[in-house]
Amino acid sequence: MRALDALLEWLEVINNMLRVKNVTVAVDDLIVVRDASLSIGTGEIHIMMGPNGAGKSSLLKAIMGISDYKVIKGNILFNGKDITDLKPHERAKLGIALAHQNPPKVRVKSRYILTKLMELYHKGSVDKYLRELIKEFNVEHLLDRELYSGFSGGEIKRFELLTVILQKPKVCLLDEPDSGVDIDTIRKLASIISKLVNDGTSVLLVTHVGHIVKYLSRADVLYVMVGGRIVYQGDVSIIPRLLERGYQILTEL
Amino acid sequence: MNWREILKERARKALNKKAPYGTDIVLSNYSWKVSESVVIDSLKALPKPLLERSKAMGVDVDEKSVSGTYLQLDTNVLRTYVTEKFKKYGVYVMSVEDAIKKFDWVRNHYWKAIPVDLDKYTAITELYGRHGYFIYVPPGVKVREPLQACLFIHREGTAQAVHNIIVVDEDAELNLMTACAALPTRAIHIGVSEFYIKRNAKLTFTMVHYWGPTHHVRPRATAIVEEGGLFINYYVHIAPVKSLQMFPTAILKGANAQAYLTTILVGSKDAHIDVGGRIIFKGADTRGEIASRSLIRDNAHVIMRGELIGGTQSRGHIDCKGLLLSPKAIGEAIPVLKSINESAELTHEAAIGRISRDELEYLMSKGFTEEEAVSLIVRGFLEVGIERLPLQLRKYVSNVLDIITKYAKG
Repeated sequence: MRALDALLEWLEVINNMLRVKNVTVAVDDLIVVRDASLSIGTGEIHIMMGPNGAGKSSLLKAIMGISDYKVIKGNILFNGKDITDLKPHERAKLGIALAHQNPPKVRVKSRYILTKLMELYHKGSVDKYLRELIKEFNVEHLLDRELYSGFSGGEIKRFELLTVILQKPKVCLLDEPDSGVDIDTIRKLASIISKLVNDGTSVLLVTHVGHIVKYLSRADVLYVMVGGRIVYQGDVSIIPRLLERGYQILTEL
Repeated sequence: MNWREILKERARKALNKKAPYGTDIVLSNYSWKVSESVVIDSLKALPKPLLERSKAMGVDVDEKSVSGTYLQLDTNVLRTYVTEKFKKYGVYVMSVEDAIKKFDWVRNHYWKAIPVDLDKYTAITELYGRHGYFIYVPPGVKVREPLQACLFIHREGTAQAVHNIIVVDEDAELNLMTACAALPTRAIHIGVSEFYIKRNAKLTFTMVHYWGPTHHVRPRATAIVEEGGLFINYYVHIAPVKSLQMFPTAILKGANAQAYLTTILVGSKDAHIDVGGRIIFKGADTRGEIASRSLIRDNAHVIMRGELIGGTQSRGHIDCKGLLLSPKAIGEAIPVLKSINESAELTHEAAIGRISRDELEYLMSKGFTEEEAVSLIVRGFLEVGIERLPLQLRKYVSNVLDIITKYAKG
């Protein structure tokens, strides 16, 4: 049996890029996520929904290692390696990237941040690559502004996703890329995310409103989080019903 | 009395006139004596410490990629040089004293942009100052290779007061880079600069200062920009200074004239720094911007002023920002907008703050270590105005900003 357990564990590792095992997260003394577990395989896209304050963003921040979001129980594994105690920049270097829901203003020109990300993640001359991405994400007009200073909701989402792509991630944590943005931007972001997944990147996408899901090329697993707990894990086909009737339908399942 | 004596008489009356801003300096504490003069045929003949400092400041000591050189040490002009090509086109680089003797018309540009009795510093420059550079670019000549001017202080206790006059004639262009530094323990530098940018001419003036923690510095500069002219002034201060006060002014006299003034500095130890910029929009459809970035650490006190006086259809913007790097550092931003015509459009933004935990956390989540994130914010904060500099200078200025970042972080 022990050999079988080891084999199963090994299969888990090779099949799953990111594993969250029974994780409890606290901010100060307040528990915001309780006993959460999930596993995301290579090139899979998992959706996480739930009402306001359910703990969705807190879980993403804990996976990224943001210091206020302490994992007080459980483990986070990336590619089989326990990263629970790693610093955010160490996790980022391994290939985890977070698109923040409400990124702070940074008093540095957006262009400069992109240049530094290129230096960090791309060696050699790749100006053309960056120019093409800038065009694709339609952020040219934002480059001489300080990062996120005076950006519209859609501009923040586009720029944040652009920074994530520049990180060449293996796992993308996308925190509400579709909140507060117009339908054209949602379609655009969905197409970029779908392309990422098709190229083998794993995605954990938190969405409050869920609109983006129907524009994705596919979605593999749905989690619903309520009151800090993952209360549903399963098929994404219930999303239209969720959107129509609210989270009460979970009690009917 | 001849014209010069009249000026000197006005200067004498202003010898005790304090400047409205900045620490008042007792000028008699410094030596105003003229030191012995030598002439050198190469910058490489400079005393070793100065040669090293020159290189650190980006001076091309081999003069391979420059269009000319002016070098003044203390009160003496050691070298004036113009490449054969530009000599043939009639470009001049010489001491302002020689220029007054050589060209009658220079007097029409002598204390015409700045009043000789502006304050005690301009007054003493006329009475006891020595030299300063005169640069003339004839109509249509484009001097794009940097022309370098070096003003160095080597002798202990020296007061170096120079009067510079730069005339860029119609449709001409000049890329002027000035490096100023002092090595002794005690020194004061007063640099009066009058810039005349004629119709459709362009002057890029990059000034790199490298002083020490006991030095006082009082630049006095005004540019008169005629129709269609462009004045780009980029000032960067690398190292600590005891006190620095300046308020360079651009007068956009002709229609469509433009001026962009950028100041980048670090204030440290117990420095008192009062820097500003003023643009007076006289011509129609004139444009201008004043940008400043100050890194302030230790007990330093930095005041950033900006003043726009707007006329017909003018458009101006002030962008003053300070980043406090120590608990006791003090920063002040004082933007002033004066609109004297209803069609003027003047705006400003000013901010002084510290690096926030949120900014650092955000950058760390993008893969930067805490140390790298601090460097990124400090260095990125200084990225302003570079895009307006000539390509040849951008790499050099970028290196200077890297040095400032390292210094500011301690």
